[in-house]
Amino acid sequence: MKRIYIREQVCIGCHLCEVYCQVAHSLSKDLIKAFKRESPQPLPRLSVEVSKPVSFSIRCQHCEEPPCVYACLTGALQMDAGSGVVTVDEERCIGCWTCILVCPFGVIRQDTHRGRIAKCDLCAGMDEPACVTNCPNEALVYAESGAGALTKVGET
Amino acid sequence: MAKMEKVKYLIIGNSAGGIGAVEAIREVDKAGAITIISGEPYPAYSRPLISEYLASRRPLEKMLFRSAGFYEENHVRAILGQKVEQLDISQHAVRLENGRIIAWERLLLATGGLPIIPQIEGIDRKGVFTFFTLDDARAIDRYLGWRIGRAVVIGGGLIGISVTEALVKRGVKVTIVEMKERILNTILDEETSALVEERLKQAGVRVITGSTVANIGSYLGDTVTGITTDGGIPIPCELVVVAIGVRPSTELVAGSGIKINRGIVVDRYMATSSADVYACGDVAEAYDFIYGENRLTPVWPNAYMGGRVAGFNMAGVPTEYAGGTAMNSLKYFGVAIVSAGIVNLPDDSYEVVSKKHDHTCKKVMLKDGLVAGMVFVGNIEKSGIVFSLMKDRVNVDGFKQALVADDFGLASLPEEIWQPLLEVPPSLLVSAATSVEQPEEIVIGE
Repeated sequence: MKRIYIREQVCIGCHLCEVYCQVAHSLSKDLIKAFKRESPQPLPRLSVEVSKPVSFSIRCQHCEEPPCVYACLTGALQMDAGSGVVTVDEERCIGCWTCILVCPFGVIRQDTHRGRIAKCDLCAGMDEPACVTNCPNEALVYAESGAGALTKVGET
Repeated sequence: MAKMEKVKYLIIGNSAGGIGAVEAIREVDKAGAITIISGEPYPAYSRPLISEYLASRRPLEKMLFRSAGFYEENHVRAILGQKVEQLDISQHAVRLENGRIIAWERLLLATGGLPIIPQIEGIDRKGVFTFFTLDDARAIDRYLGWRIGRAVVIGGGLIGISVTEALVKRGVKVTIVEMKERILNTILDEETSALVEERLKQAGVRVITGSTVANIGSYLGDTVTGITTDGGIPIPCELVVVAIGVRPSTELVAGSGIKINRGIVVDRYMATSSADVYACGDVAEAYDFIYGENRLTPVWPNAYMGGRVAGFNMAGVPTEYAGGTAMNSLKYFGVAIVSAGIVNLPDDSYEVVSKKHDHTCKKVMLKDGLVAGMVFVGNIEKSGIVFSLMKDRVNVDGFKQALVADDFGLASLPEEIWQPLLEVPPSLLVSAATSVEQPEEIVIGE
């Protein structure tokens, strides 16, 4: 499957990935409306970790053996057998936060307004996740896992 | 003689552990016949959701742990609403209530737990319930139809607080009677217990600690009309919920020769002392990575993981159980709390690092440089990183204060811990792409 890889050496901690993630997961898909009009404001599904001089942007790693899926009390979290993407069924998530307790990356967000979790879905339906597309420094790369091939979508 | 059928895999118990095993088996063995048996008549549902059922009558479809087509898709025969009456290890067979006999090659005991019923005068009266299965929740729901206004919950543990919250949402006035000096005393530290108690009180719940129920009384034939505590305090109520704890459901195994301590003892492969027989979940006493020995840790995620490991081993793929430990995530009355490991320190060989604000509190319990326990309140989003350090037995002595800092995250850990987690393929590393070339020497004035 394709994964988002982090090149922390060139991350400048600008948080643009966060902004574009929010827009991509907003109702309007419009930057101004998403931030000014939508209530509750869409939650970014990633976080920018800063411990100067290091910074990097991290989100769900779609683990091959996902502890969150195994710990989920309701079955809302599932791994898609075909794509390997870890998804959450928002109808079935009750926001018990058990997945948060077992995520080794600390990347599952609490959407307290909706009473459920929010996590990276690799921007389902888009060619490339918005955080990758909009990273000004190419600190995020969307590439096929395993082979280590640096092939970005659109260049193939 | 009854008709004998034979399956490759027989799973007794249709909850987290049983489903975990089915999914693991089907990852490696698509064909071997699987039969799953449960005394409950429902497809696998999420047991923790029974409080949502009681609070807001959540429909069964929204409580199912897996999709409606799960059994068919996985070629599993589900025998639901049938109890296993007898287990014959030497014959590798079980007999069901209806006399049916099923022989197996590999057996998984995922029979779960049963609520402990104390010897209290009047415990058999109408209006006394347990709160462990969907049927329990349904029975309480039906009973609430009789204009029930007041309830007493015996036991201030997880189940007691869950049922209390559901009842409060249904407009019932609840009194909790807890034997120990504080509620949630096994899974929370003193301070966090007090915080939950405060929230309960704000929601109108009366909490009586250090007390037990001496009798359940009635002046209406046999229907509950109140209780009396051991201190002689009478509390009028129409409903009593017994929630003093759960014990492993080992009846079936008793006398079979399979080793039982408090639960069925399993090794790191979830195998019992008897060949071809495995156990997981609330009924099993499996490895606890904090204690480094077998313990009962009856929580849903451990049941699923234990079942998964058992399933792989049953299917012939040797897989070791990494172990579980006590772990809980609560969100009673809107406060998010996660706790795991040892939170009440048994002696002074432990050290606590903590940080507290108005609405958030983080505590990490350490022993010999290793994380032994944790309680996070409010700001819990990064708690999984600490849980992971605890599970992987990482020495955190050099950065222990960072674990409870407000801006704690992966980047707060030493680089040698987070770097390998990112797993960047070498071809994507920047160092290869941005090698610095010697600048060209510029000759001026030639």
